[in-house]
Amino acid sequence: MKEAKKEEGFLGLKKSNFNFDIKTYMMVIALVGIWVVFTFLTKGTFLTSRNLSNLFRQSVITSVLAVGMVLVIILGEVDLSVGSVLGLCGGIVGILDVWVGLNPFLTIVSTLVIGMLIGLWNGWWIAYRGVPSLIVTLGGLLGFRGVLLGVTGGTTISPLSKAFNYLGSGYLPEMVSNVLGLGLIAYIIYYRLHKRKKKKEHGFEVSSLTLEIIKIVLTSLLVAMFVMILNSYQGIPVLVIVLLVAMAIFTYITKNTVFGRHIYAIGGNEEAAELSGIELKKSKLIIFMLNGLMAAIAGILLSSRLNAASVSAGDGAELDAIAACVIGGASLAGGIGNVLGAVVGAVVMASLDNGMSLMGAPMYWQQIVKGLVLVLAVWFDVATRNKGE
Amino acid sequence: MEYILETKDIIKDFPGVRALDHVSFQVEEGEIHSLCGENGAGKSTLIKVLSGVHPYKSYEGQVLLKGTEQKFSNINEAEEQRIAVIHQELTVFEDLNVTENIFMGNEIETNGIIDWDLMYKKAEKWINKLKLENVNPRTKVKSLGMGKQQLIEIAKALVKDAEILILDEPTDSLTDSETEILFDILNDLRDEGVTCIYITHKLDEVFELCDSVTVLRDGESVGSDKVNNLEKRDIVQMMVGREINQRFPERKTDIGETVLEVKDYSVVDPENPDQFVVKDVNFELKAGEVLGFSGLVGAGRTELVNSIFGAFPGEKSGEIYLEGNKIEITSPKDAINQGIALVSEDRKRFGLIPTMDVKENTSLAALQDFKESLSLNHNQEISKVRDYIDKLNVKTPSIREKVSKLSGGNQQKVVLSKNLMTQPEVLILDEPTRGIDVGAKYEIYKLIQELSKQGVAIIMISSELPEVIGVSDRILVLSQGEIAGEFDNSETRVSQEKIMMAATGGN
Repeated sequence: MKEAKKEEGFLGLKKSNFNFDIKTYMMVIALVGIWVVFTFLTKGTFLTSRNLSNLFRQSVITSVLAVGMVLVIILGEVDLSVGSVLGLCGGIVGILDVWVGLNPFLTIVSTLVIGMLIGLWNGWWIAYRGVPSLIVTLGGLLGFRGVLLGVTGGTTISPLSKAFNYLGSGYLPEMVSNVLGLGLIAYIIYYRLHKRKKKKEHGFEVSSLTLEIIKIVLTSLLVAMFVMILNSYQGIPVLVIVLLVAMAIFTYITKNTVFGRHIYAIGGNEEAAELSGIELKKSKLIIFMLNGLMAAIAGILLSSRLNAASVSAGDGAELDAIAACVIGGASLAGGIGNVLGAVVGAVVMASLDNGMSLMGAPMYWQQIVKGLVLVLAVWFDVATRNKGE
Repeated sequence: MEYILETKDIIKDFPGVRALDHVSFQVEEGEIHSLCGENGAGKSTLIKVLSGVHPYKSYEGQVLLKGTEQKFSNINEAEEQRIAVIHQELTVFEDLNVTENIFMGNEIETNGIIDWDLMYKKAEKWINKLKLENVNPRTKVKSLGMGKQQLIEIAKALVKDAEILILDEPTDSLTDSETEILFDILNDLRDEGVTCIYITHKLDEVFELCDSVTVLRDGESVGSDKVNNLEKRDIVQMMVGREINQRFPERKTDIGETVLEVKDYSVVDPENPDQFVVKDVNFELKAGEVLGFSGLVGAGRTELVNSIFGAFPGEKSGEIYLEGNKIEITSPKDAINQGIALVSEDRKRFGLIPTMDVKENTSLAALQDFKESLSLNHNQEISKVRDYIDKLNVKTPSIREKVSKLSGGNQQKVVLSKNLMTQPEVLILDEPTRGIDVGAKYEIYKLIQELSKQGVAIIMISSELPEVIGVSDRILVLSQGEIAGEFDNSETRVSQEKIMMAATGGN
C-alpha cells in the first residue's frame, strides 16, 4: 500500500493514469514539436489557417487508409493492396459518374460495395485458405492496378459531377461548423461526467473532480481551436468531416465492442485467442472487408479532390498508410495500435511533406526525412518498450 | 577409483524452485548409465549443467571430467571436451538433407570451401552404421519419420567424436524396431569405449540396456547402483518413495450425476495419419468429481482433452455426451458454449495474450456477457474481473497491469479466472500447477476443491503423482494413448507405485 501511495503525485494523479495511451500522447507532443519547428523555419507561414486547412486536406487520404490499415496491423497482418484498391475504386467512381452517368449516391454505394467485395476476396484467401496476407495483398497490389488499367483503358476520366466536387473541395458553412463544434464540446462534457458518475456508482475510484475539469477544458479548447482556425480560412473541409466520422466509428469499434477486443486478442496471441472461443477466420475476413471499404472511401475522396480518376491514383499509398500506423504506435507483430495514433501518424507525415514544400526543399529531401522519421519512431518505440519489461 | 564424469553437490535454483539439491553423481568410463526419475525430478536440469547450457556460476557445486573440474560457460566448451547431448526435442533442420544435418556445425572444409564430396561419402558411412534403410545422403530430413530423424540426431552427435554421449529420453518418438536399432548402436558404442548417460523413465529400457542407474527425485539423487543389483520394484520405490510433503486440502465432496461421457474415443496423430495418439478411450465424469489423468509425458493425455475441447487438429472418432445429450464440438467456441473450459498446459502459448492487461485477459472468453446492445459495458466488466481477481487472490498492482509482468503463479490464476468466468460445467485442467511456486499450488488445489463442491466436474491432468493422488477422487492412467488403469482414490489413497507401474507398462 505504501508504494501505491508514493505513486500519487500532482493533483492526485497516479502513474497508472498515464501509462495508458502514453504512446499517443508522445505522438501528439512530437506532432506539436514538428509544427513548432516548421513554423520557425517558414517564418510563420506554416501555422496560417490557410496552410493548416490544406495540411488537413492533404492528410485525409492517408488517414482514411490508415484507419482501416491499423485494424489489419493490430490483427498481426498487413494489406499491401489498398493503394491499388484505392486507385481501382477511384476509377470506378469516374466510370460510373462520367461515362455511365449514374447518380452520385448510387455511384458511391456501388463503389463501397466493390471495395468490400475486394476485401472479401483478400480476406477469404488469408483466413480460409491460409495464404499469408503479405502474399495475397501483394498479388492484389499488382492485380487490382491491372484491373484499373483494363477498365479505364489507361485514360484519365474527368470532370466529375458537382456532388463529388463538393465532397472533394467543399467546406462546411461557418454556422454549421460552429454548431458541430459546440455540439461536440457539449457531448464531451456530458460523456466525461456521465462516465465518472457511472464509475462512482460501481464503487470505483475516480480521478479528482479538478483533474476531470481540467481534462474537459483542455479537450474542449482543442475542439474550439480546431473549428476556429478552419473557420478563419474557409470552414471545415468536407473531406475532414468524412475522416472524423470514420475515426469516430472505428475508435468505437476498437474500444467498445466485443469484436474490437477480439482483434487485439488475435493479434496478441492467435492460439490463445482461439482457445478462448474467438472465431479467427470470421474475424480476419471481416477486418479485411472493412479495410477494403476504407480503401474504397479513400478512392472516392481522392477522385473527388482531384476532380478526376487517374490510373496512377494511390500509387504507393499502402506504404504511407502502413508507415502512418507504425509511427502512430502500432506494432507489426500485432496486438498493439490504435485508430487515433494511426491518424496522428498520417498527419505527422503530411506535416513533413507540407512543411518541407513550404521551405522549398526538393522532393527527394521529403522522402529521405519521412524515411528517417519512420525508422526513428519505431526505434523509440522499441527502446522504451524494452525498458518497460 | 577415477570416474570419467562426476558431479559434486550441484545446486541449481530457479526463481522460487530448487531444481537440483546437492546432486552428486558418478559415471564410470565405458558404461551406459541410466538417469531415472519422474517428470520434473531434475534430470533435464542436470544434463543442462553437464553440457554447459546452464553455464558455470549459474549453479553451485563441481562438475569433474576425469578428475579435473570443468567450468563450461557455453555448449561449445562442453563439446570441445567431447560431451555431446541429444535432446528430447528434435533439433533437426527439416528442409536440409541428411548430410547437411549430420555435419551441421562440423562441416568439412578446405580453405573455407565445403568439401561436399567428402561429406556425402562420410554421411553414407553413418547411414550404413545406423542401419537407416531407404535413406541416402541427399534425402531431405523432412521426408523421414520421427524415429529416423532421431537417429540422424544421434549421427550428428557421433560426428563430433563424442566421448560422453548424453541421450534425453531418446525412444519417446521411436517405434519398437527403431528402438532396437538404437540399442544395437549404443551397445556397439559401448564396445568402442564411448560412455553414455541415458535418461529415461521407462524401466524396461534400464534393464535391457544400462549398466548402472542413478535415480533423481525432487532434485536430489536418492540412489545409485549397478542394475544387476536391483529389481524394477526398487527403482520405482526410489522414484516415488517420498513422503507426500506438499499438503493438500481435505477432500469432501458429494459426487452427483454423470455430466460428461466419452465413448470409444480415438484421435489420430495429425502428422502421421497411420498412428493413434488416443485409442479407444472410454470414461465418464460426474458432477463434483475430480478425475485425475496420470501417465507419462507423451501418453496422449493432452491430445485427448484438447481433442474433446475442439482444439486438436488430428482426426477424431467416438462419441461425447454432455448430460446425456450427444454433442458435436468442432471448435473451442463450441466447447465453451456447451459449458466446457480448458486450461492448457502451456499458459504462455495457449493461455495468455501478452499484449493485453490482466483485465482484458480475464474477461476474454466471457466478453459476450458484458455486451449491452453493441457496446461493452466496461464498468460491469471491471467489477466482474475484480471479483475473480479477489476470489482467486491474484497478486497484481492493478487490473491494468500487463499479464506478462506477473509471476507464473499469478499468470496461471489469471488463466483460471478467464476460464471460470465462462461458468463451465466441466473444467479441464492440464498441468495446472506446472512451474508455479508451492504457495500458489496450494491455492489452486483449494480452488479445485471449492469448485468441485459447487458441482463443477473437473478433469485434472498432472504428471506429479502426489498431486494426482492428493487432489483426485478417481484416477485414470493413460499409457501410449490407451487407458492402462483406473483407480478409485476417494476412500483410501492409491499408492504411487501402482500408478507408476500402470504408466510404465509394468505389472
